[in-house]
Amino acid sequence: MRIIDKKILAIDNETRVSLIEVEVPLIAEKAKAGEFAVIMATEKGERIPLTIVDTDIKKGAVVFIFQEIGFSTKLLGSMNKGDELYSVLGPLGHPTCVKKYGRVITIAGGVGIAEIFPVARDMKQDNHVTAILGARTKSLVILKDEIEKIADEFFIATDDGSLGIKGFNTVILDKLLKENKYDLVYAVGPIPMMKQVFLITKKYNVDTIVSLNALMVDATGMCGSCRVTVGGKIKFSCVDGPEFDARLVDWENLEKRNKIYEEKEKHICRLLSKENNRDSA
Amino acid sequence: MLKEPIKAGKIDPGTRVKNFDEVILGYTEKDALKEADRCLGCKTSPCSSGCPVGIDIRKFIQEIKQKKYEDAYRTITEKNNFPAICGRVCPAEYQCRKACVLSKKGVPFASREAINIHLLERFSGDYGGNNHLGIIRADNTNISNCKVAVIGAGPSGLCVAGELARNGIDAHIYESLHKPGGVLVYGIPAFRLPMLIVEKEIENLKKLGVKITLNFLAGKTKTLDELFNEGYNAVFLGVGAGVPAFLDIKGEELSNIYSANEFLTRVNLMMSRDFPEYHTPINIGKKIVVIGGGNTAIDSARSALRLQKISGINPSVTILYRRTLLELPARRPEIEHAEEEGIKFKFLVQPVSFDGNSDGFVKGIRLLKCELGEPDSSGRRKPIPIKDSEFTEECDIAIIAVGVNPNQLFIKSTNGINQDKWGNVIIDNETMMTSLKNVYAGGDIVGGEGTVIEAMGMAKKAVRGIIKAMYEKC
Repeated sequence: MRIIDKKILAIDNETRVSLIEVEVPLIAEKAKAGEFAVIMATEKGERIPLTIVDTDIKKGAVVFIFQEIGFSTKLLGSMNKGDELYSVLGPLGHPTCVKKYGRVITIAGGVGIAEIFPVARDMKQDNHVTAILGARTKSLVILKDEIEKIADEFFIATDDGSLGIKGFNTVILDKLLKENKYDLVYAVGPIPMMKQVFLITKKYNVDTIVSLNALMVDATGMCGSCRVTVGGKIKFSCVDGPEFDARLVDWENLEKRNKIYEEKEKHICRLLSKENNRDSA
Repeated sequence: MLKEPIKAGKIDPGTRVKNFDEVILGYTEKDALKEADRCLGCKTSPCSSGCPVGIDIRKFIQEIKQKKYEDAYRTITEKNNFPAICGRVCPAEYQCRKACVLSKKGVPFASREAINIHLLERFSGDYGGNNHLGIIRADNTNISNCKVAVIGAGPSGLCVAGELARNGIDAHIYESLHKPGGVLVYGIPAFRLPMLIVEKEIENLKKLGVKITLNFLAGKTKTLDELFNEGYNAVFLGVGAGVPAFLDIKGEELSNIYSANEFLTRVNLMMSRDFPEYHTPINIGKKIVVIGGGNTAIDSARSALRLQKISGINPSVTILYRRTLLELPARRPEIEHAEEEGIKFKFLVQPVSFDGNSDGFVKGIRLLKCELGEPDSSGRRKPIPIKDSEFTEECDIAIIAVGVNPNQLFIKSTNGINQDKWGNVIIDNETMMTSLKNVYAGGDIVGGEGTVIEAMGMAKKAVRGIIKAMYEKC
């Protein structure tokens, strides 16, 4: 499971988004839009879920894109072309139900843009696709050209107005839904964004699918770490999802459960930054 | 007059709760010889009939008596490829030891006078491991060009692969996790079964020629049809009962409520107990409750108590169980160990709901007191909740250990495998073949949550079924 290519897609003083291409032929052959893999960077690493963004069957390669946000993603981000990952398991989860819906909006925020890419690409085959991207600032908008090429309609919003309109991407969504009829909205991004998408689409009564980012361990349905409440029932994101009907998701619960290890995460990150400071001193 | 049974050495409770080292030290050679000497060597060997894989117990104990330890190892491994594992985790008091003539008749589990067969097996297994004896291939039954895919590297899968390899059949195990062993590595804690012991016995399998592919989720990474297309003559499903059951009560989604599977997987497989050297976190609190009464509940409780001790928290772990001590399904020695270590038990209580704080973390569990009614279909007296008896037990970590359901992931991806209403795979009792031709199954996927040795018993039956079918074909 060798990293055969690595690129830094976006960088500013607080955020770095990296792309790695990993040699895992069995996954490359099988993966469909919406599915993910679980990666352990090193033998002592944790198992983290990452969406399968793209595949290259000829090279037997799978593309992952991740924001270096916590300890494990920073560790993964420190690895380079030629390095071996300890383990990669996949494809996991339910693939996206790609069929003829009519007019589809794919809306994504931050690193969620990477996750929306395969969905927008496959939806395009039978649907009119409108893509809405959102990011904090211009330099963090990833895969802009790739998605622009796919989409029939294309919009961008940045928090600081450095690209596209100034503000949240959900403002664009609201405007589009007010003016036109759409058959499906598919959203990936931070929980507050997805929740906002749900509040808007509820208003216009449009079917909405979200891809949730619950905490996982084995990711094969064995532990229930990733359980979410959907329609009042416990579901395991890893096997029942990660996509769910946005109208049925208990957002508050998901938000709270994603903070279970906040303290531990801060602790291990502090250790990492101390180590780095020592190394550079 | 009968000699006193020889006890195995044990680490004292005060020391052992500070780490995950093995609690029972096992027999020294002197101990083993003394214990072996107590065996009456009955001609009828009732003990062997109590062993799900039928080890010739009388023979191997006689060999220990004569200090022929290698022979004893060979005798056991004729029937069981994992003596060091089974000698540690078999519920011997319900099996071989209960069948020993020195055990009183009609008791629920073996009397203490019964020969400590499991400790003698463990002694032989460790002797074999320490002296690199390994398992010998039977070369009289070579079935050329036959290969079998084994799904799942838990006890039943490992056993099937080992037996096939001994018989000259190419066995290839596919496992979804990054380590082989199934419940032996993610479930049973190191203080009962050290990882090194599992690794050694799996090494023996590889030396026999068994291939193991990790990070492979059958049904997703490849389907059953694809495996058959690659030329496998048969497929064995040993995917276990890995899906945790929840209580289905209010508040179960709160943070710091773990399934025992998640808790134990983090602690054992992911080594959270050594966080942050290992990167997977686990939360540990001041007041921990464990709901359930099986071995998984005891393992979770004892692990949790150790984590409290290691993090400098005053240990407080309580097991909540609907029935009484008498009905606790966990192994007796483990219940004793838990009590010695300071685990508290609260009997005759049934969970009603969980309470949480404003951040969504659990802060208490509401319980109803129960009394025991008439025996139910399992023969155990049914707990009946007492009206208006609700009370709250404070807790900041809750671990739910009320059982597991069969793993559906592979079955769902495959048409034509019949299941009963509980989701167990239906098999032919003679051959262990499922409703799909050349697809066999064994272990917890066919019988709910069983023991390691029962899984191995089924695995051996499946291997006989597979070999018979192959002889007919080849």
